[in-house]
Amino acid sequence: MPKASPRHPLLPNLDEKLVSEMLAKVGATSVEELFSDIPKGVRLKRSLRVPDGSSEYLVRRDVQTRLASNRTPPGSLCFLGGGVWPHYIPAVVESIMSRNEFYTAYTPYQAEVSQGMLQALFEYQSLMCDLLGMEACNSSMYDWASAAGEAVRMAARVTGRKKALVGANVSPRRRAVIQTYVDPMGVELETVRFDRSTGALDSSDLRRRVSGEVACLYLENPNYFGVIEDEAEDLSALVASAGGLTVVGVDPISLSLVREPGSYGADVVVGEGQPLGIPMNYGGPHLGIFAVKDMKLARSMPGRLIGMTTPVADPTQRAFAMVLQAREQHIRRESATSNVCTNQSLMAVAAASYLSLLGKEGFRRLGETVIANSHYAAAKLSKVNGVRSPHFSGSFFKEFAVSYSSARASSVHRRMAKLGVLAGYPAERSLGLGAEAGLYCVTEVHTLADIDRLVSALEASI
Amino acid sequence: MPRKFRQAYWDEPLLKELGRPGRLGMLAPSDPKVLRRFNDPSSLVPASMRRTSLALPELSELQVLRHFNRLSQMNFSVELGMYPLGSCTMKYNPKVSEMIAGSDGMKHAHPLQPPETVQGLLSILYELERSLSEIAGMSRFSLSTAAGAQGEFAGVLMIRKYLGQHGGADRDEILVPDSAHGTNPASAAMAGFKVVKVPSDATGQVRASSVKELASEKTAGMMFTVPNTLGLFESEVVEVCDAVHRAGGLMYYDGANMNALLGKVRPGDMGFDIVHLNLHKTFATPHGGGGPGAGPVGVTRKLAKYLPVPVVSSKKGKYFLDYGLKDSIGPLKGFVGNSAILLRAYVYIRLLGSAGLSNVSSLAVLAANYLWKSLDPEAFPVSHAKDLRRKHEAVVSVSGDLPGGAMTVAKAILDYGMHAPTVYFPLIVSEALMIEPTESEPLEMLDEYAEAMNTIYASMKAGALGPVPKNTSVGKVDEVKASHPMTLRVHW
Repeated sequence: MPKASPRHPLLPNLDEKLVSEMLAKVGATSVEELFSDIPKGVRLKRSLRVPDGSSEYLVRRDVQTRLASNRTPPGSLCFLGGGVWPHYIPAVVESIMSRNEFYTAYTPYQAEVSQGMLQALFEYQSLMCDLLGMEACNSSMYDWASAAGEAVRMAARVTGRKKALVGANVSPRRRAVIQTYVDPMGVELETVRFDRSTGALDSSDLRRRVSGEVACLYLENPNYFGVIEDEAEDLSALVASAGGLTVVGVDPISLSLVREPGSYGADVVVGEGQPLGIPMNYGGPHLGIFAVKDMKLARSMPGRLIGMTTPVADPTQRAFAMVLQAREQHIRRESATSNVCTNQSLMAVAAASYLSLLGKEGFRRLGETVIANSHYAAAKLSKVNGVRSPHFSGSFFKEFAVSYSSARASSVHRRMAKLGVLAGYPAERSLGLGAEAGLYCVTEVHTLADIDRLVSALEASI
Repeated sequence: MPRKFRQAYWDEPLLKELGRPGRLGMLAPSDPKVLRRFNDPSSLVPASMRRTSLALPELSELQVLRHFNRLSQMNFSVELGMYPLGSCTMKYNPKVSEMIAGSDGMKHAHPLQPPETVQGLLSILYELERSLSEIAGMSRFSLSTAAGAQGEFAGVLMIRKYLGQHGGADRDEILVPDSAHGTNPASAAMAGFKVVKVPSDATGQVRASSVKELASEKTAGMMFTVPNTLGLFESEVVEVCDAVHRAGGLMYYDGANMNALLGKVRPGDMGFDIVHLNLHKTFATPHGGGGPGAGPVGVTRKLAKYLPVPVVSSKKGKYFLDYGLKDSIGPLKGFVGNSAILLRAYVYIRLLGSAGLSNVSSLAVLAANYLWKSLDPEAFPVSHAKDLRRKHEAVVSVSGDLPGGAMTVAKAILDYGMHAPTVYFPLIVSEALMIEPTESEPLEMLDEYAEAMNTIYASMKAGALGPVPKNTSVGKVDEVKASHPMTLRVHW
């Protein structure tokens, strides 16, 4: 049998006849000739050592089998949070995400053929501004942590100051990312203590630390312990009185019931848009939220912005385009406000469709269910021996810390996972809780039976 | 005959203009038994922090679906037609990757769950990391960076930290060619470096002699894109790497154009110390209308301990996220990385294998040269290196002083149901059109594209083109008006 010439579904021109035809036009005698300008000494003279190519069927079978071995919902229950939370994703959002017109396009450089993405991102910006009480929101950052890093950089830039105050009750992961982002600017991070009983920021400690050198205060609301910062308005006023900015990090779902940061003095709001219709995806892709309170700050912000305009020929018709691009790297190069190019646009479309689906009424009801379920679960867990639940007395929304009198949090976490309950992520030592504690997250996806299973898993693991 | 094309136009209102009070499109699951225990659940929020008003749309499920479906019809994409946006590598994104990424074991995996419960996915990330290291000729990759620009930032931070520990703390300059993407100087500046521009010569290439002149005891390193943004392989790349190393700096490889070189030559073998790869370009993950992508960053052995954490490690056959690199520049993202994008890149590598990946680059390069040679050379001359082969893309100019120049050609081609090339980049070419067809386009499509461009030029020259575009959802958008926005949102 003659040897079949190579073919591949992804390579339509992999065909000797076509290749010869193309080479003739190019004026080359072989494909190899097209690479003859690569110095011989560095050419790769062997095959790449990567897995052999395989058929769609076999690759799919192998990869899906491996993924199926992961212990995740629906087989396991997930009560983990910390910046990625289990929420239900409506079928309509999944359907919109699967529209190839959105996901196989790129940045809308040619506005005339990209009105769909441009309008969807403009809608996202508008919806987020309302949710956050802000005046301008960019069309996405990588995630909450990197958005927080960029926010502190921006605060240092616009104030010309080199110190940032960070709540001791923010996520240690996000704090570490902020540190990486600001290091090269010589910005110093200083920690503001939290109240050991409520879990909320200690305003007297903040008062001691605020000065004319402070570029900003970064706080999270609800904070890493899930506690609502009920003195947020006083905290931001304190920072503002010294000429600093207040940067607030949020879980957008909490804003169904909790005040919008713009109403209590936030200058910049960052956050994680993942709970707005985006899968947990083992850490990404997610959606970094970045919004500012006025158009003046908008001119200093990182990221892409979409604005409304008209076609040249018809000033009565609506059209959309990327705006304020002179802040960006492709124009301003080393003087740009950030190096961001590829962002997380598709995730912003998910968030826009999610928010418009739930709407005013549905979003509020979602918040009520989340807060009721989490309080119900916290109370149930408190009945387990050797457990303090919630650990803090401050009001919480959907996450809470649970401390154990005589068990190691990491062992509890792992034992529960064996029982099919992913819960109680061990509170990092750097938080200085002074107790072994795990972090729990309860949302609308958890039924009464799920919460009962959580309680028994903890009983069996403590 | 040119294809007749008409993009949909729906005159679709804004969400705020749709809907009625009280309507909703999604009811969250809730258990009345739990809700009943709390008279008013919102009272669990302290009164001082309770939200008093919330303006969100009030639409039915179908209304929301229609709204976004209509918008999607006003958006051009790779699955609709040729999208030769230079430097962006708009290749076909295999459908099977989307199907696999929709698995429960991917979507519902939480980044904080114990490693023993997520070995399947970790084994995939580990193998991907090994493959990328092999492809780039690096010792190790961190998969955590979310986009090329974040990979660049990680790269220059590693240069900074490495030099700081090796007596080079006062080296504060990064060399960047004038043909580079804007992200390079922006990333270097973010990491606190001064940017020194390296001029390219008349052939559009960087000469080792100019690098030698600029390199000094102040040089921390150089960011270099190979092939460069003109689509040319930098013939003195080895000497350039050598010159920077001799001056005491490190070499950073911007992998935006790696689609030209898979299996042909590896950045590590050329002399680079740090590499980022854009998985949404070379490894066929979708571009998402602007993102998400993924921009893993890889390094040689001596730099491995500086990588951004976490990296994926294995111990006794068990995989885990490793935060234990002592000299790491730190994390740049809250969690492991854009895992669901990384998964798609892994699937792509598995679908092609070693021979397939090498064929990808052969055919991408062949397509770029073929398309370039199919253009009327009088209409679309090249400003640099007329006699050199291109790699993954070709940059041409628009000949003569025709109104609108490159932008008019770009807008006119939209009317054929094909996307425009990248325009006005690189900055060293006037009236630039940067064309990257990729290996995905069948020969017939390349012919159709070239014919359209040649026809457009002929019409422009004859003054017969008329206003363009006219077959798109909206006519030419007023960018001047857009550039002075009073607002970036609608008010409710």
